[in-house]
Amino acid sequence: MNLASLAPLAVVLPILGAALTFVLIRHSRAQRAVSICLLSLTLLLECLLLASVWNGGTSAVNIGGWIPPYGIVLVVDQFSSLMLVVSSAVSLAVLVYATGQGMADGDQDAPVSIFHPTYLILVAGVSNAFLSGDLFNLYVGFEILLTASYVLMTLGGTGPRIRAGVTYVVVSVVSSVLFLIAIAMVYGATGTINMADLAIKLSELDQGTKTLLHVMLLVAFGIKAAVFPLSFWLPDSYPTAPAPVTAVFAGLLTKVGVYAMVRTETLLFPGDSLNTPLMVVALLTMVVGILGALAQSDIKRLLSFTLVSHIGYMVFGLAMSSVAGLAAAVFYVAHHITIQTSLFLVTGLIERRGGSSSVDRLAGLAKLSPLLALLFFVPAMNLAGIPPFSGFLGKLGLMQAGIGLGTPLAYALVIGGVLTSLLTLLAVARVWNRAFWRKAEDAEHPDPVLLAPIPDVERDTATEGGTAVRLLPRTMVGPTLGLVVLGVALTVFAGPLFQVADQSAAAMLDRSAYIQAVLGDGAPVPALALSGGGK
Amino acid sequence: MSVNLTLLTVMGALYACGIYLILERSLTRVLLGLMLLANATNLLILATGGYAGLAPFFSKDTDPASYSDPLPQALILTSIVISFAVTAFMLGIIYRTWVLARQDDIQDDIEDRRVAETPSFDAEDDAVIPVETSEFPLPMRGPDGSVAADPTATVEAGGRTLLAEHAALEEKPGSGNITTDRNTGTENGTDTDGGAK
Repeated sequence: MNLASLAPLAVVLPILGAALTFVLIRHSRAQRAVSICLLSLTLLLECLLLASVWNGGTSAVNIGGWIPPYGIVLVVDQFSSLMLVVSSAVSLAVLVYATGQGMADGDQDAPVSIFHPTYLILVAGVSNAFLSGDLFNLYVGFEILLTASYVLMTLGGTGPRIRAGVTYVVVSVVSSVLFLIAIAMVYGATGTINMADLAIKLSELDQGTKTLLHVMLLVAFGIKAAVFPLSFWLPDSYPTAPAPVTAVFAGLLTKVGVYAMVRTETLLFPGDSLNTPLMVVALLTMVVGILGALAQSDIKRLLSFTLVSHIGYMVFGLAMSSVAGLAAAVFYVAHHITIQTSLFLVTGLIERRGGSSSVDRLAGLAKLSPLLALLFFVPAMNLAGIPPFSGFLGKLGLMQAGIGLGTPLAYALVIGGVLTSLLTLLAVARVWNRAFWRKAEDAEHPDPVLLAPIPDVERDTATEGGTAVRLLPRTMVGPTLGLVVLGVALTVFAGPLFQVADQSAAAMLDRSAYIQAVLGDGAPVPALALSGGGK
Repeated sequence: MSVNLTLLTVMGALYACGIYLILERSLTRVLLGLMLLANATNLLILATGGYAGLAPFFSKDTDPASYSDPLPQALILTSIVISFAVTAFMLGIIYRTWVLARQDDIQDDIEDRRVAETPSFDAEDDAVIPVETSEFPLPMRGPDGSVAADPTATVEAGGRTLLAEHAALEEKPGSGNITTDRNTGTENGTDTDGGAK
C-alpha cells in the first residue's frame, strides 16, 4: 500500500484527539496524555509522509473516491510534507509547554480544559490547509484554524484579550470573505476549483481576468500572511494572548498564508505578471515592520513586529520565481516557524521569571537564570541572521538569488534585506542588554521577583497570593530547549534541508508532477510563460 | 453563462451596506456588516451556478446540459455553516465586551497609545553621558590619570567642594542636587521655601 494514502490521517488524527479530549474535559491528566500522544503520532505519520514523498514523488488522495476534478483531493508533495513536519514538531513542543504551564499554575489564568480540544482542531486546520489540493477545501482549512484561533485568542475572556480578539476576528472574517469571493469568481471563470485543474484552465483565460483573480487571491492571503499594507492587525492582536498561544500563532498561522501565496504564485498563476508589485511589497514589509519593532518596549510586541518584517523575506524569495529564490524562501519558512515560536516561548519564560514582558521593567536576568539567557540568545541571534545560524543561511540564499536575478529592484531588496537584518539585531540586542545585563536597580519599577535574593531564586519558587508558583518549571523549559535545539539542528542539517527545499522549489515551478499526480499521467501540462526572471 | 439580474442587484446592495456597516465603531453594527457581506458572497456563489430553473437532481433520463450545477449550492451550504459559527462567536465577544466595559464600541489598545506617546529621547539609549549600568563600575580617574580610589577625594564643582562620588551622581539625569554639608543643605532648603512663599 502506498504510504501517501495515509495523508488524510494528518487531519483526522488531531480531530479525533479533539473529540476525545472534549469528552475527557473533566479529567485533565487523561486529556494531556491523549492530546500529546495523538499529536506525536501525527508527527510520526508526517515524517513517514515526507520520507515517502522523498522516495516516491508527489501523490494525491481522492477523498470519498470521487474522480479528481470533481471531488476533494489531498496532495502530498515535498513542500506540503515539509511544512507538515515542521508545523507538527513546533505545535507538539508548544503543546507540551502549555501543559507544563497549566500544571504549574493550575486553572487560574485560563480555562485549560477547553485549551486541548481547541488546540488540536487548530492543528487539524493547519494540516488541512497544507494538504488540500482544492481551493474550497483550502478555504475550509483556513476557517477551521481561524475559528479555533478565535477561541484561543480570547481564552479567559479578559478585557485586553477581548479587545484584541475583536480586531483579529473582524480582520480574519473580512479576509475570508475576500477569499470566498475570489473562489466564486474563479469558479465562475473556469468552472472548477481543483487546483491542478485550475493550473490548466486558468492559463486559457485572457490576461485581464487572470490578473483580477490573481490579485484577489493574493490580497486575501496577504491579509492572513500579514504582508505590509495588510499587516497592521497582527502586532495589535497577537501580544495579548497567552504565551503558548501567541507562540503557535506566530509560528504557524502567518505561514499558512505564505504557503497559500506560494501555491497561488507557482501553481495557479506561474510566470511573473505580478512579481514587481510583490517585490515592492516585500521591501516595504521588511523595512516598515522592523522600524515598528524598534519603537516597542514590550518584548511580545517587538517580536510581533519582527514577525511581520520577516514575512517580507519569504515574499521576496517567492517574488523572484526562480528555483534559487523559491528554494531559499522554502528554507526560510521552515527556519522562521521554528525560531519565531521558540522566541515567543522564551518570552513566556522571561515573563514568568521577571514578572513583566516590558524591557523597561526587566533587568539582571543573566545572573538570575543563565539558562534563560542562553535560551534567548541563540534564537535571537538566529533571527537576526548571525553566522553560522540558519537565519544567516536562509538570508544568504535569498541574497544570492536576488543578485543572480540582477534587476535594480532585486538589488534594492537585497540592500533592504541586509538593513532589516541589522535592525533586527539592534532590536534583539536592546532586549538582550536591558533584560539580561543591567542591574535590577536600574530598571523602572522592577518586579520584586527580580530583586529577591539569590537563594530564593535557586529554589525557583516565589509565593504569590499564598500559593507557591514555580517560576521556571522543567515542563516549560524542556520544550523551549527542544525547539531551540531544533533551530540549531536546522543549521547543522542545513545541507539536506536545502536539498529538500531545492527539490520542492524545482517541482513547484515545473508543476507537471503536481498536475499529473492529481489528474493522472495523461494530463496536459501547459507550457510556462516564464520570462527573464527564471535562470 | 446567464445571470439573474435581480440577484445581482441584491448582491451589490448587500455588499454596499455591509462595507458601510463594518466601518462603524459600534461592534453590533460591525457584526451586522459581516453578516451582510457573507450573505452577499453566498449570492455571488449562487450566481456562478447559472440561471435557476434547471433540473436539480440526477436522473438517467435527463440530458447533462439541462442540469443545474450542484456544486455552488454545496459551497454555499458550507459557507453558511461557517458564517453561522463566526456570528455566534462574535455575539459572544460583543456580550463579553458589554459585560466588561459597558459599551459596544471598539476600544483602543492602551500599549499602542503608550508607545505612540513615548518621546523619541530615551535616557538610557540616547543620553549624552551614558549611564553606567555595568555591574563592574569603572573607577573614577583624576585629570592626571590616577585612580581616585580615595573616598574622601573632592572635586570643585559649581563653586562648591563636593565628594567625588557625589559629583558623579549629579551627572546622572534625573538625580537631585547633593549637598556635602548639612548646614548648607538646610540653608538651601529654607531659601527655596522662602522663594516659593
